[in-house]
Amino acid sequence: MSDAQESPNPVPPNPLLALAERTGKWTMSSVTEIGFAFVLLLESFYWVIMGRSRKQPVRLPSIFVQCMDIGIGAIPIISAMSFSIGMMLAIQGIYSLKLFGAESKVVIGVAFSMTREFGPLITGILVAGRSGSALAARIGTMRITQEVDALRVMGINPVRFLVAPALLASCVMVPALTFLSILVGLSGAGIYVVVDLGMTFPAYIDNIIDILSVDDVMHGLVKSLVFGILIAMIGVVNGSSVSGGAEGVGKVTTRSVVQAISAIIVTDMIFAFVLTRW
Amino acid sequence: MTSKPAIEVIDLVTHYGNRRILNHINLTINTGEIMVIMGGSGSGKSTLLNHLLGLLTPSTGHIRLLGKDITKAKPMELTALRQKMGVAFQGGALFSSMNVLENIMLPLREHTNLDEATMQIMARMKMEVVSLAGFENLMPSELSGGMIKRAALARAIVMDPRVLFCDEPSAGLDPVVSSAIDDLILTLRDAMNMTVVVVTHELESAYKIADRICVLDRGDILAVGTVAEIRGSTNERIQNLLNRRTEETEMDPDAYLRRLTDDPLLPRAASR
Repeated sequence: MSDAQESPNPVPPNPLLALAERTGKWTMSSVTEIGFAFVLLLESFYWVIMGRSRKQPVRLPSIFVQCMDIGIGAIPIISAMSFSIGMMLAIQGIYSLKLFGAESKVVIGVAFSMTREFGPLITGILVAGRSGSALAARIGTMRITQEVDALRVMGINPVRFLVAPALLASCVMVPALTFLSILVGLSGAGIYVVVDLGMTFPAYIDNIIDILSVDDVMHGLVKSLVFGILIAMIGVVNGSSVSGGAEGVGKVTTRSVVQAISAIIVTDMIFAFVLTRW
Repeated sequence: MTSKPAIEVIDLVTHYGNRRILNHINLTINTGEIMVIMGGSGSGKSTLLNHLLGLLTPSTGHIRLLGKDITKAKPMELTALRQKMGVAFQGGALFSSMNVLENIMLPLREHTNLDEATMQIMARMKMEVVSLAGFENLMPSELSGGMIKRAALARAIVMDPRVLFCDEPSAGLDPVVSSAIDDLILTLRDAMNMTVVVVTHELESAYKIADRICVLDRGDILAVGTVAEIRGSTNERIQNLLNRRTEETEMDPDAYLRRLTDDPLLPRAASR
């Protein structure tokens, strides 16, 4: 009895038990993080709605600054990538449809895949890489340099001051960028289709408008809204869990990009599955 | 100086994980007093400061700040209370995305409805006080260590707080700047009857500004008293701290061996 008390860990660890313990710990920490993300999300919306009456408004200028960062700054890269993807879809589409002699049907494929899949996906992945990581790094650094503590002791709620503007900006800008991405991607595809199939550009556009319904566009945009929330929350949760100085900031930045992109792809799959059934 | 207390710490116990950091701390800081909290590394002084700022929640015990129990205060009350306190963090904690003037103006911008010009004038006045005039447009990354500390101090006093907390205000600064900051703290107290809590281990600075000194050691308060009382203390650990003597801890050969070998079984075997 006294022996057991004196030596803190006398039993050699069983590898299976250790595995179970690791899995358990990992599950616990994952659940904690997801819970934390939901709390932050609710708290952000709380401040957006109630901030003014509690004398802590979420300020418009800080939302605009975030919109510039997340949205406007990403326009060139998102345009370039969407253009390439659109064109690639047209090239591959024509190549594979040639097998059936149905090249002219490429417009259908391009229209659906760009609006429903590639637009939101490209935008989500690029914004996650550009802004999700930046958000994690910024909040992580602010924690380490005690700037978050400084906010709290000034009576400024960090969620209201840091998280809510980024979340709102993300909710507005990711769908907006997705819309841009869809337009640019369809144009990119159009250029190739026009040249390769000898169609006129106005005819191509008419064709696209005939094929697409508002539902298809909404499918893409709603999905991108979810991506926007995911990117912001994953960035913030990782940033605020930082520990261990500059190296820690690097780690959470990488982690937030990987998590955000994985979350986007999995969510995309779930969306596709659920929404094609209705 | 026997007015009503600005800060009362009542029976404060805190843990970090399973480790107990503060042991039943009781401390009263009077209005208009400069209290210096001293102690070696790991004595719990930073933890105590974080509790006074309401950044941590104690395991048990209470902290009354300006008569309000911050361990029980509602968020709104805490926000109101925090507008009456200023904090200068050790590393400055200036917001790196804002220039010096914007940093100093931030509390005004968030808590008052003053117009831009008035806020700028108020912030510039505080910059004059800490002799930073003319550096409004620099970013924190362009400032020297001393300037960062002074800018942080300016931001801490911009709302004219009733209580000012300074974490190592003069650590790592040259003697001239450090003594200027000490003078500034004394002036603030004299001019505005501010209560000032300073956490430091700079002895000279502590002797110069302190009305009373509180010496913390391993989570306990060793002594609270005036500069003369603390310097005259016969407690060995206080004298070690004051006279920069190295601590001669008793050597425990078993514990030493255990630390070296990291073997949990060793002390049992050795004690038999």
